[in-house]
Amino acid sequence: MAGPTRRRAAPYLMVLPAGLWMLVFFVIPLVLMVSLSLQTGNLVDGFRQTFHWQNYTDGLAAYGDKFARSLWYGLLATLACVALAYPAAYWIATRGGRRKPTYLSLLLVPYFVSFVLRTVAWKLVLTDNGPVLGPLRDRGLLPADAHVLDTGLAVVSGLTYNYLPFMVLPIYVALERIDPRVVEAAHDLYASRFQVFGRVVLPLSLPGVYAGVVMTFVPICSDYVNAEMLGGPRNTMIGNVIQSEYFDNSAYPLASALSFTLMAILLVVIFVYARALGTRDVLEAARR
Amino acid sequence: MTATLVPRRRARRRAASSGRLLHVYTVLLIAWLLLPIAVMILFGFNDTHSRQNYRWEGFTLRWYRHLFDKPDLTTALVNSVTIALLSTAVTTVLGTAAGLALGRHRFRGRGAANLVLLMAICCPEVVMGAALLSMCVTFNLPRGYPTILAAHVMFSIAFVAVTVRARAAGLDPAVEEAAEDLGAGPWTRFRLVTLPMIMPGVVSGALLAFVLSIDDFVITGFTGGATVTFPLWVYGSTRTGMPPQVNVMGTLIFAVGVLVAVVSARRNVLRR
Repeated sequence: MAGPTRRRAAPYLMVLPAGLWMLVFFVIPLVLMVSLSLQTGNLVDGFRQTFHWQNYTDGLAAYGDKFARSLWYGLLATLACVALAYPAAYWIATRGGRRKPTYLSLLLVPYFVSFVLRTVAWKLVLTDNGPVLGPLRDRGLLPADAHVLDTGLAVVSGLTYNYLPFMVLPIYVALERIDPRVVEAAHDLYASRFQVFGRVVLPLSLPGVYAGVVMTFVPICSDYVNAEMLGGPRNTMIGNVIQSEYFDNSAYPLASALSFTLMAILLVVIFVYARALGTRDVLEAARR
Repeated sequence: MTATLVPRRRARRRAASSGRLLHVYTVLLIAWLLLPIAVMILFGFNDTHSRQNYRWEGFTLRWYRHLFDKPDLTTALVNSVTIALLSTAVTTVLGTAAGLALGRHRFRGRGAANLVLLMAICCPEVVMGAALLSMCVTFNLPRGYPTILAAHVMFSIAFVAVTVRARAAGLDPAVEEAAEDLGAGPWTRFRLVTLPMIMPGVVSGALLAFVLSIDDFVITGFTGGATVTFPLWVYGSTRTGMPPQVNVMGTLIFAVGVLVAVVSARRNVLRR
C-alpha cells in the first residue's frame, strides 16, 4: 500500500500545515512589516510605498536614547538574573536530592499567574505604603521620601523578577548533566573546593548560562509592560515607543521601522555574543 | 593516611555549612518569586470599599460570591479560556505532525523549517505583534477574535514542534519497523506505536501552548482590535482601579494550573 513515493511524500505532508501557518502568519507579516516601514502616508489618506528610508534614520534620531536604555536595562536585568539564578540552580542540582522536582516546580509556579497580573502584584509590593517600603519607613530605616516606583531600579527589578525562572532552568540542566565522577576525580586529585568549582563545575555549566542569557536578554530588551507599570513616564523603553507609535499616533511606517530596527539590533547583539563565545556552544545550548 | 584524611574531613564540614547557606538562599529566592502571588491571592479576600485595592481592610468572601458581576471582565475571561483551548487544540495537531517529521525524517527543506522554528522562538513579541498588525493594515483586515486565534496558534506551534521533535529524535526506529513487519498499516502504526511513545512530548507541548496562550498580552494587544482578553482587561483596569474580582480570577486560574501540573506529574511518576 504505502509505496515508495507516498513514503517520501510523508514528511512533507506532515510539515505542510504547520509550515503554511508559519508562512502566512509569521514570515509574510514580517515581510509586510518591512515593506510598511518604507512607506509614507497617514491613516486617513492611506499609506503608499515610496521607499522612504528616512523612517529608519528619523526613528533612530528621535528614539536612540530609548534603544540605548532598553539595551542597558536588558544588560542589567540579565546580569541580575545570572547572579540570582546560578547559586539556586547550583544548590538544587547538587544538593536537591529527592526534592529536586519540588524546588523546580516552585520556581515555575509564578508562571501560572498572568504576566500582567504578576507585574501588578509586584507594583503593589513596591508601592510607597506597601508591605515592604511601608514598615521600613515607619521604623525609620528608610528616609520618608524614599520610593522605588517610577525609577529605573523598579523597572529592572520587575524585569528580573519576571524572567528569572528562564535563567534558572537552563543553568540547572547544564549543572545536572555534569558527571559526578568528574567532580570526584578533581577532589581525589586534591583540588580545593574553590578549584573544583572554578576549574571543573563552572566551565562545564557555562553553556547553560549562555543559553539562559539568550533566552532572557531578547524578551527583556523588548518588554514594555514592566516599564509602563513600574517605571512611569520617565523610564520608558523602546517597546513603549513602538506600542504608542502604533496605537496612539497611528504612525505605522515609523513604528514598523522601529520594530525592524529593534529586531536587527537584537540579532546583531546575539550574533556578536555567539561569535565571542564560540558560535557552536551557543547554538547547541539554544537547541536544547 | 590520617594526615590526608583530616583536611578532607574539614573541607567536607566546610562544604556542608556553605550548602546550608545556599539552601537558605534558594528558599529565600523562591519566597521572593512567590511573594507577589501571595499578595495577589490575599487581596482577593480584601474587604475594600474604594476603587483602589491597595490597602488591607479586612477579610471577606464578597468577591468570590460576586465573581461574575462585571460583565465585560467575564467576557474577557471567557475569551481568554476559549482562545487558549481552541489554539491549543489546533497547535497540538499541527505542531506534533511537524515535530514528528523533523525529528525522524531527513528531507529537503528540513534546515529551513528548523530555522523558521528557531526564529519564531527567538523573535521579540513586540516584533511579532507589529508584523501581524502590519499585515492587517496592509490588507485592511479587521482585527478581532479570529486574528487573535491565528496569532496564538502561530507563536505556540514552534514550542510544540520543538518539544515533540526532541522526543521523536530519541525514538528507536526498530520499534516501528517491527510494527510494520507484523503487518500494521501506517495509521495503526501511528496510533498504537508512535503516538504512545511521543505522548509525553505532546502533552508537555500542549500544556506549554495553553499557558503561553492564556498568558499572552503583547501579541494579543496588537491583533485584538476591540476584542479583549483577560490580561488585556487587567492591563486596562490598572489605570482606573483594578476590581478585586481580578485577583479572584487570577487566584482561580493559578489554582487550576497548579492542580493540572500536579496531576500530570503524578501520572508521569505512576507510568514510570
